[in-house]
Amino acid sequence: MKVLAVDDSRTIRDMLRLTLSGAGIEIYLAEDGQHGLEVLEGIAPDAIISDINMPRLDGFGFISAVREQDRHRATPILVLTTESAPELKARARAAGATGWIVKPFDPDKLVRALNMVAG
Amino acid sequence: MSDPMAEIKASFFVECEELLESLQDALNLMDEGAHDDETINIVFRAVHSIKGGAGAFGLDALVAFAHRFETVMDEVRSGRLAVTPEAQRQFFHTADLLADEVHAARDGLPEPEAAEECLTELETLLGVPPGGGAEEEEVDDFVPMGLSFDLDLPDVDAAETNGPIEIRFSPHASLYAAGNDPYHLLGALTELGALDVSVDLSAIPTLDALDAEAALLHWTLRLEGETDEAEIREIFEFVEDLCTLEIAHPDVMDPPDLGELPAVESDPLLAPTPPPPPEPARTEAPPPEPAGSETKEKSTPAAPAAPAAAPAAEPVATVRVDLERIDRLVNLVGELVINQAMLSQSVSEAGLPPNSPVMTGLEAFMMLTRDIQDSVMMIRAQPVKPLFQRMARIVREASSAIGKDVKLRCEGEATEVDKTVIERLADPLTHMIRNAVDHGLEMPDARTAAGKPAAGVITLSAQHRSGRVVIEVSDDGGGINREKVLARAVERGLVPAEATLSDSEIDNLLFLPGFSTADQVSALSGRGVGMDVVRSAIQSLGGRISISSEIGVGTCFSVSLPLTLAVLDGMVVKVADETLVVPLSSIQETATLAADDIRPLGPETHVIQLRGAFVPLYDLGSELGYRSPQPSYEGGIVLLTAQETGERSALLVDSIIEQRQVVIKGLQRSYAQIPGVAAATILGDGQIALILDPADLVQTATGRTRPPQISLAG
Repeated sequence: MKVLAVDDSRTIRDMLRLTLSGAGIEIYLAEDGQHGLEVLEGIAPDAIISDINMPRLDGFGFISAVREQDRHRATPILVLTTESAPELKARARAAGATGWIVKPFDPDKLVRALNMVAG
Repeated sequence: MSDPMAEIKASFFVECEELLESLQDALNLMDEGAHDDETINIVFRAVHSIKGGAGAFGLDALVAFAHRFETVMDEVRSGRLAVTPEAQRQFFHTADLLADEVHAARDGLPEPEAAEECLTELETLLGVPPGGGAEEEEVDDFVPMGLSFDLDLPDVDAAETNGPIEIRFSPHASLYAAGNDPYHLLGALTELGALDVSVDLSAIPTLDALDAEAALLHWTLRLEGETDEAEIREIFEFVEDLCTLEIAHPDVMDPPDLGELPAVESDPLLAPTPPPPPEPARTEAPPPEPAGSETKEKSTPAAPAAPAAAPAAEPVATVRVDLERIDRLVNLVGELVINQAMLSQSVSEAGLPPNSPVMTGLEAFMMLTRDIQDSVMMIRAQPVKPLFQRMARIVREASSAIGKDVKLRCEGEATEVDKTVIERLADPLTHMIRNAVDHGLEMPDARTAAGKPAAGVITLSAQHRSGRVVIEVSDDGGGINREKVLARAVERGLVPAEATLSDSEIDNLLFLPGFSTADQVSALSGRGVGMDVVRSAIQSLGGRISISSEIGVGTCFSVSLPLTLAVLDGMVVKVADETLVVPLSSIQETATLAADDIRPLGPETHVIQLRGAFVPLYDLGSELGYRSPQPSYEGGIVLLTAQETGERSALLVDSIIEQRQVVIKGLQRSYAQIPGVAAATILGDGQIALILDPADLVQTATGRTRPPQISLAG
């Protein structure tokens, strides 16, 4: 499985890399939404993980921009958020997110969630 | 550090420093009146990211602190809280404490005591009763939680019954639009137990009437075995609002009401495995799209709805490297420089003509070596900005403690200096800043009376100047009160009462040990640390400090430092056939001794007379044990060195060879601390030379410059 993960925190990126590569998932990383779109141009991930609060282009903007691309209309996108507030989930949903993971994430659950949306 | 989590944790704290830095930057911008969304967002994100990372490592105190700070900044971001000067002050204060929290978490120290008070004060901005329950709840709200249905276990008893569970699952079109795939959901269910799948295809029309994006499939699933309903709910968590989902325990509850759904047709072909659904959103061939949609997509691949205001500075791509590796590289390049010097020496000794290919090639090699050396030194260099930001905090704390309004202006924050120099500069700089706040600037009423703005300004600047870095701390205060300084110095017996001193000589009295001008020892300065300690700290870095002041206009302390601690400008001298290096920064002048310059003092020592002043004479040869004191020093060459105390000494050498840059090689690892010797270097001819520390040498020196009265050698 190939996953693109977008988060502006190096720590979170490191942890995602550790978790996902440990689960045998090929991971591509980007530092913000804008960067994420650039990285996305060169790869065809099976799923995308994105943070919400990011410079340049936030998670909502990123997800909308991804969904606008025909080839990613149905690519599963998981939102990583520190908030579990329902309105945040609703916003992520409205932007086109497939699911969400509450930070700090439990590595097993993240992998399980990826399997749930991307097989 | 092989544990990857430990490494990530260490890297998290490094990241925290960067986040704290951008937090300070953005707060400074806000302080200067920038209340645009992006600036406030930077503040918010910095706090938010610290919280996010801290949560991953279970740093609960840091999480809680950052969360409450973030909550307030979120109010600012949403425009519900105005940025008043008081609020701004609180933000700075909270950011300072956030830095403390980060450091406490990093070093495993207890939480800073002022934290709760600071947050309570910050939260009064929101109009929340201090210490009220609201924040507590919010903190609890954040407590790391898993997928929410884990906590929702209403039917534990029912769920644990052994019977099969029947699930009716009817995706809505939005389920597919959000990127979900029933295939994976059913796949996840099969991991919970044996799954019997039947799908209702009755809603599918003939192909010509088919809407590829409509949701037309309904599943009825029967899950055997011991299953927790919560586990099933978890699988459907992302889609619970995008489908119709019914979970029933047929054995326990009433028989399912089949009337609600269209009659379920069990399709034997699809039943054994979850069927690949005709998933419109993922169709490989682009479905016929409304005209125009394609052009729209082409034109907007990278034009997202980004905030209009871009961050002021684009982050520069960086690589993090273990400091040890850099130091190894620095060492190797040092070896290279030495090797190159040895090579050129032997080439010139071989008597080759100056324009021979070997010589020109060697010259190019020499220039490359220099460039490599400079570049390697630059790797260790870091901008002074984090240091300056620490000083901003010192200014805030120091000024609020004594009721002065002080602005800190920083210039040249991007100036790069060796990492070690920066680290060791923090203490002396802190002291200088405190002094400037405490002694340099007048009280507000005195400033107003003098026709100045009530708020004092301290300027902290850094710049490169002729191969050194110059850091200046200046204030727009009242300048040095020289009468008072002189009176104090006389009172302390530091200078004779009748002495006539120039202005700059009086200013330099501040550097004398035990000098303090403050009539009242305030909580800030007067901690027994004087400018003399500052000066010795600067000198131990190979730096110099100077002072200039104008009455009514202000005072400026200027610190000049070498760019690196790895090389040193030295004077290469010969003493008793030994080659030694004396740091150039410690040498004031050199002189050749005439007979009447040398005066005996006591039975064993001499002083030399230099422009009316007497300076003790030290024979380096005998101080280092190379030889006995000489019968006569007439015609000898002395290096005049000055110590931080202002005390001077004359070091006698046999000859001065050259002035050059030498690579510093530490001796301490092999020989511990040797009095008078700072380090060693390897010269061009391969010879090892000791680098002296004149100040240290003189402290332990005997000063013996006359042959002993009774010859022990005979």
